[in-house]
Amino acid sequence: MDFVCNFPFFCIVLCLATGVISSVLKPKVAKVVSVTLVSVCLVCSFCVLLYTVETGEAFTYMMGHFPAPFGNEIRAGVLEGVMATFFSVIMLLAILGGEKYIKIDVEEPKQNLVFVLINLLLSSLLALVYTNDLFTAYVFVEINTIAAGGLIMIRSNGHCVLASMKYMIMSLLGSGLLLIGITLQYDLTGHLLMSNIKDSIAVLAANGEYTVPLTVIIGLMSVGIAIKSALFPFHAWLADAYGYSTASSAAILSSLVSKAYIFLLIKIMYRVIGTEVFWDSKITNVFFILGVAGMLFGSFSAIKEHDMRRMIAFSSVAQIGYIYMGLGFGTELGMVAAVFHILSHAATKSMLFVACRGLSEVSGNKKDFSDLKGSGFRNKPAGVAFSVGAFSMVGVPLFAGFISKLYLTSAALETMSVKMAVAVIVLAISTILNALYFIRAVISIYTPRNEHYRDASFRPGKTFCVGMVCFIVINFVLGLASFPIINAIEQGLHMFS
Amino acid sequence: MLGNLFANYYEAVSMILFGIGFTTLLLNRNMIKKILGLNIMDTAIYLFLAAKGYIFGRKVPIVTGTVPEPEKYINPIPTGLVLTGIVVSVSVTAVMLSLTIRLYRRYRTLDIDEITRFVKEEK
Repeated sequence: MDFVCNFPFFCIVLCLATGVISSVLKPKVAKVVSVTLVSVCLVCSFCVLLYTVETGEAFTYMMGHFPAPFGNEIRAGVLEGVMATFFSVIMLLAILGGEKYIKIDVEEPKQNLVFVLINLLLSSLLALVYTNDLFTAYVFVEINTIAAGGLIMIRSNGHCVLASMKYMIMSLLGSGLLLIGITLQYDLTGHLLMSNIKDSIAVLAANGEYTVPLTVIIGLMSVGIAIKSALFPFHAWLADAYGYSTASSAAILSSLVSKAYIFLLIKIMYRVIGTEVFWDSKITNVFFILGVAGMLFGSFSAIKEHDMRRMIAFSSVAQIGYIYMGLGFGTELGMVAAVFHILSHAATKSMLFVACRGLSEVSGNKKDFSDLKGSGFRNKPAGVAFSVGAFSMVGVPLFAGFISKLYLTSAALETMSVKMAVAVIVLAISTILNALYFIRAVISIYTPRNEHYRDASFRPGKTFCVGMVCFIVINFVLGLASFPIINAIEQGLHMFS
Repeated sequence: MLGNLFANYYEAVSMILFGIGFTTLLLNRNMIKKILGLNIMDTAIYLFLAAKGYIFGRKVPIVTGTVPEPEKYINPIPTGLVLTGIVVSVSVTAVMLSLTIRLYRRYRTLDIDEITRFVKEEK
């Protein structure tokens, strides 16, 4: 076994350990520790990615002294490498970009706790990406929930505490369903390691035994994860949680937390249930319908919104709908499109949240469209980043959002059924709706008004500029050089099955 | 049909409890009752797991002295899962209770709908 195989485990344990240590450090030191940690995780994950691409196969890593059916395992393939690298990058940029606003939004004695939560969150994200054990996945789902709830309530005004409460309630409903799903499948197969479960379920499906319990298990796990990742009818908590928390929290929550759950769902599809059984169970149709509904209703809610942050939050509902629509096709290409959309949405949405905070900073810390008018001139890097993000969300060519829409459409065209017509029409309508509210937002930030907010001494922070530039670069990389990434995703999904 | 329910009464009861907990957590307006619902829901799952791990007529899986044959003991894995699950649900309950305390100190009520109204007026 090569040394690189230890990296996933190192990253997870390092994150947990630094999370504990950061709780007694001063905010400044905690920030340095956190940034260093995320960078280390980034490098390690990238090494894992290169290693798996080079060897061309996934590796499993035994945790503890007990071999496969008894002990716990970590597994890393190309897709895990891509996801872990990407999550670390976005996490790093969200911290860098929003660092100044953590100081403004969060009370002084609590500032180091932000970094504690960020470290714990990263550990749970990495564990969710790498784990090969379903019950471990559940435990880290809960750690993720607690850390995310903490990140919402760290800004202690009434909105955030209430949003955090609502988030916790919905999330716990979701994890309850996930846990009972895992319990039932343990009852059925007697295993908790993903590869063993898949073998047992393949035997059960081939013999045609236990079809009803199997469908119930698939349904429970899927609905549990759908609630946690804010699929359309379960999105009530989302707008408040993303709209009022501090910029970094909103960026991390929208682009990483909900995406990690969707990645877990993809893992369950491929590695636990097996794609054939999963697609035969027709639960994909539910995903498709809810995804399509989310694309429309998320956009409608966003159009009605006067608060820019809440508008971006509702746009997330629509984008999660895109991802679930991709999963709902039940085809290989649909999965590739969905995974690519996870990446492109994560890169874009976190940029939008941080940029929007930058714009509201030069508008008297207000978030309404009327106050934000002309803010693109007052804070130039934030204005540029916001425009890039808006164009990407709409799906203008050159940007990341275009490629994911292209792949979603081609996946739709490939299915050759009712889904094809519905998907293509709704994609078109949803693009127009996206354009309606995002172009309106871009126009309003570049309408020269509100001169009284102009402050000649204002300079955007250095880390903020670095974060924004990197976000923009990532967006262009995803938009212009998508082939290697798509290839890696295809290879990774191939390794899954 | 009913015979199956009576034969598996542990499982049936735990599913009923799960339903009670789930609906309380989802629908009740009082936050303390919501947390109680959460705990009922989690406990129902632990009951289910414990019932599944138990094998009639066998002993607790604690080895004393020599290691005898495994056929004498019940399945220890579900018990382990229950322990892990209890730790998780204790920590989640603690977080929820602390949130409830903060909301109660600020708004002097436990009704989540009322708090939502107060927060909206706050702006």
